[in-house]
Amino acid sequence: MTDTAWIDTALTSARPQAVGALLRYFRDLDTAEEAFQNASLRALKSWPQNGPPRDPAAWLIMVGRNVAIDDIRRRRKLKPLPEDEAISDLDDAEEQIAERLDGSHYRDDILRLLFICCHPELPATQQIALALRIVSGLTVKQIARAFLISEAAMEQRITRAKARVADAGVPFETPGAVERSERLSAVAAMIYLIFNEGYSAGGDTAEIRAPLCEEAIRLARLLLRLFQSEPEIMGLTALLLLQHARSAARFDASGALILLDDQDRSLWNGKMIAEGLALIDKAMRHRRSGPYQVQAAIAALHARAAKPEDTDWAQIDLLYGTLEIMQPSPVVTLNRAVAVSKVRGPEAALEMIEPLGERLSNYFHFFGVRGAFLMQLGRNDEARIAFDRAIALANTSAEAAHIRMHLDRLIRDSTPHGAKAK
Amino acid sequence: MLYAILCYNDEDFVGSWSKEQDAAVMQKLTVVQDKLAKQGRLGPVARLLPTTSATTLRKDSPPVVLDGPYAETKEQLLGFYIVDCKDLDAALEVARDLGAANPGGAYEIRPVGMLNPGSALT
Repeated sequence: MTDTAWIDTALTSARPQAVGALLRYFRDLDTAEEAFQNASLRALKSWPQNGPPRDPAAWLIMVGRNVAIDDIRRRRKLKPLPEDEAISDLDDAEEQIAERLDGSHYRDDILRLLFICCHPELPATQQIALALRIVSGLTVKQIARAFLISEAAMEQRITRAKARVADAGVPFETPGAVERSERLSAVAAMIYLIFNEGYSAGGDTAEIRAPLCEEAIRLARLLLRLFQSEPEIMGLTALLLLQHARSAARFDASGALILLDDQDRSLWNGKMIAEGLALIDKAMRHRRSGPYQVQAAIAALHARAAKPEDTDWAQIDLLYGTLEIMQPSPVVTLNRAVAVSKVRGPEAALEMIEPLGERLSNYFHFFGVRGAFLMQLGRNDEARIAFDRAIALANTSAEAAHIRMHLDRLIRDSTPHGAKAK
Repeated sequence: MLYAILCYNDEDFVGSWSKEQDAAVMQKLTVVQDKLAKQGRLGPVARLLPTTSATTLRKDSPPVVLDGPYAETKEQLLGFYIVDCKDLDAALEVARDLGAANPGGAYEIRPVGMLNPGSALT
């Protein structure tokens, strides 16, 4: 493991623990990041010669800490008056070295590092960018690419987010049980945001943005390793795996979205599905259900169906019913309606979504789904109106192309079967 | 003599491999395995899913089910090979070949006392 690519990988995997510990020493994000950066540079010099250390994270924490303390000392000599804060941090750092290296803070260090990225005042896009930069260690260039914006704009976004986090102050006390579980759920939501940022990409950008999905899965697994018995973290990890397992089948060669029913299921990633299903099984044993588990269970029912017609839609309908109670939202009801259309037919489904029209009047999927139900009922003129509205609201070219395909089919079918329309 | 070669590595590290790195390792390992298979010395090979998918049954009375792997270690059991080797030196040679293909971690080489090949899995 001496070539640079492998060292980079080792640095990436040690990063959350190392930066998390350095943040606890120095109580300042910039100092912690700089310390890690310096330690990484030394690793690139030392590891090829001396071989990688047994515990790269401990090595990086030690070296990073020493380099940063040297720095602070040097700066202090140059300044007429020492910075109080730097000194007290320093004393603090030296007193507790032994305690700090025993790894018992490992869990809360990483959780804290993730948690500061979830500051409620930060808009979602800044939370994600910050987490990818600080926790995952992606370069600004890589993050900018995944977000499809310029490097300069991303640099600015991250700088702004960091300033906000610094202003807010980082919570350093070891969290109590309630606080820890609040942090956990904030972090879980942030990881899900990262995933969706990649997952909601259109076919034209899906490949560029796929690393976001992979990174979210890596972070979810990391979180689950720290909190092995949290059913919702199992649920989250399973959900991400089961959704990402379908990625190779989600778009056709031209980048158009392929619906679940039409996907080539042989392209689904069996290993990811196996891991996802195993995690759902584990989570269910706890009998403490939650939104991630329910969504993962829905994804699992799709994953378990070898053919679309094998899908247990009745069970999916029930699960969406549960989700509606846990997280009432018109979008959940809309998803439920799709299951209802399979179980009880398009008439019942249409009836179910009619009351949502007002709240979802700007929601692409509402009109796509509504159009599909109307089309199934042979109400082609109304379907066309719904599809036109969907195209106007489409977020990606893939979404628009998909609806256009429905419209083409309508036009094709309505000539000979026009009489079917009521 | 049959030996089990138990593969331990830092799961965070292995989980951070890029798809290309993972594929490259698997490909190199396949070369080593193919050589052994041709000599009729390769038994079952398993790569285990992450320890986060593991569950432990502690055989207390009554037995207790715990989430996660049995041992919380710095490096985790990620897979194993069963190979036929005439002695420890030969088994170590196989482990060295596998190690050259797969960076980081350690192999535990453990003689097998009894092996039931089981039925063919469908």
